[in-house]
Amino acid sequence: MSDATATMVGRSLRLSMRNVEALLTSLILPVLLMLLFVYLFGGAIQTGTEYVTYVVPGVLLLCAGFGAASTAVSVSQDLKGGIIDRFRSMDVGGVPILAGHVAASVVRNVTSTALVLAIASLIGFRPSAGPAEWLAAGGVLLLFILAISWLSAAVGVLARSPEAAGGFAFFMVFLPYPSSAFVPVETMPTWIQGFANNQPVTPVIETLRGLLLEGSVGSSLWLALAWCGGITVASVALSGVLFRRRTA
Amino acid sequence: MASQMAVEATGLEKSYGAVQVLGGVDLRVERGSVFALLGPNGAGKTTTVRILTTLTRADAGQARVVGFDVARQRRRVRRAISLTGQFVAVDDLQTGEENLRMMGRLSGLSGTQARRRAHQLLDQFDLAEAGRRRVATYSGGMRRRLDLAASLVGDPAVLFLDEPTTGLDLRGRQAMWQVVSGLAGSGVSVFLTTQYLEEADRLADRIAVLDGGRVVAEGTAAQLKEQVAGHRLDLVLADAAAFDQIARFLAERAVLSDPSRLTIGVATDGSAAQVRALLDEVDPTRRAVDRFAVHGATLDDVFLALTGRGAGRPEKETADV
Repeated sequence: MSDATATMVGRSLRLSMRNVEALLTSLILPVLLMLLFVYLFGGAIQTGTEYVTYVVPGVLLLCAGFGAASTAVSVSQDLKGGIIDRFRSMDVGGVPILAGHVAASVVRNVTSTALVLAIASLIGFRPSAGPAEWLAAGGVLLLFILAISWLSAAVGVLARSPEAAGGFAFFMVFLPYPSSAFVPVETMPTWIQGFANNQPVTPVIETLRGLLLEGSVGSSLWLALAWCGGITVASVALSGVLFRRRTA
Repeated sequence: MASQMAVEATGLEKSYGAVQVLGGVDLRVERGSVFALLGPNGAGKTTTVRILTTLTRADAGQARVVGFDVARQRRRVRRAISLTGQFVAVDDLQTGEENLRMMGRLSGLSGTQARRRAHQLLDQFDLAEAGRRRVATYSGGMRRRLDLAASLVGDPAVLFLDEPTTGLDLRGRQAMWQVVSGLAGSGVSVFLTTQYLEEADRLADRIAVLDGGRVVAEGTAAQLKEQVAGHRLDLVLADAAAFDQIARFLAERAVLSDPSRLTIGVATDGSAAQVRALLDEVDPTRRAVDRFAVHGATLDDVFLALTGRGAGRPEKETADV
């Protein structure tokens, strides 16, 4: 990591720690949503297991969405304000600037994930996984967080204003709903099933469930890795191109 | 680094779509001097700065900053300059000191060097006490000072200041003037843009007047004032007949003509001798002129004198292109 990148990572971390509202949103909202699903909706949803056990992997992905959404907004704010011209006239390129935001996003997400897991275990989430499965699940989750963070950064570069960036980010937060995150896909109307089965969130959730609860993952692991890798590569490339065009 | 010039531009042209912003700008700024580019909104000041700081490419023409070509040697230019734009470029959620240390690290200083440089600059810009507070709590003037301090962290050879006092109150503006005057003589070359004649007059060794994308006058403040006069003598005339008579007498020399208030303005250097002589010349019988007032020339007067028309034009502002 170059000096400039290290400096920009430090900056983004400091800025996220101090943006109290966004920080609380990304920490507390996932926990509240988990409690909402488990205690309010959970009683009415039949998944064949304890609902808390079913829903936690989904909430973890929801977390990642919330945490990443503010990344799009901060990237967009940087590009709109005067600071981008100063960075550029100091020969600081797009890579350190965006990498700083992505790194801060990953740190925020890992923190909120840990918080959700801690509270989930208090309310009865009892995965059967051993250390190896935990490690693998953590790795997959980290890749997903990385992918969605880079996607957010790309959205931030693409958006014309921080407000627009926030609006785009909403779609990422919404993505876990039409998937197997909260209810089994089979209970959805057929036309949504097609989307739900073939969107990135479903294989990631199935992989997490498989690793944490069942001990077998099947093909969903490879699908999950392919989606995460693909999104990351595409977003890095896209944000690089867009950044150069935006600031040319 | 053989060039004696901090900035050397010839024939810079830039258009956005069908709108020509710069129509062949030539500039020369000597090393260690303070240079002001004076002009109204939409004259092309910001575009000129953006070209010289490598942020925008010119359509035609050449520019060198400390001897490096701004199009072909961007990195060399970027290492030699710093830019303070119209929008304050510091993070509200970091403290003043953190902002300066960040800029220090980005310009290649070690952690310790960056901390030392930050403290030094906070002292120099009268921000030592505020340094530990978040920038969000600063006044407008303090932000501008921090912004300027941030642009000095890496010891640039040429400092570009794009309208450094726009939006500041009188006190903030005076504090900023002091800071910029303090920089003169420290070896750094300063290239600033401004809409205010007074600002250019106070700060700059040489001034270029930019209008409609062209340099219409260039020289020291004293030379420019000779061309455009530093003040305006407004004559309030006794009646309409006197107004017509004086207007005919002054003809092209009148820089202001307002029949509804029976007022005619003429350029002057503001000295008692010249005002007395003008009054005698215009009104030898001492009956036509009722009252008079001397105003410091506004940018409008300068433009009227230089271009034959006012500075305020209905064009859209292009400050952000």
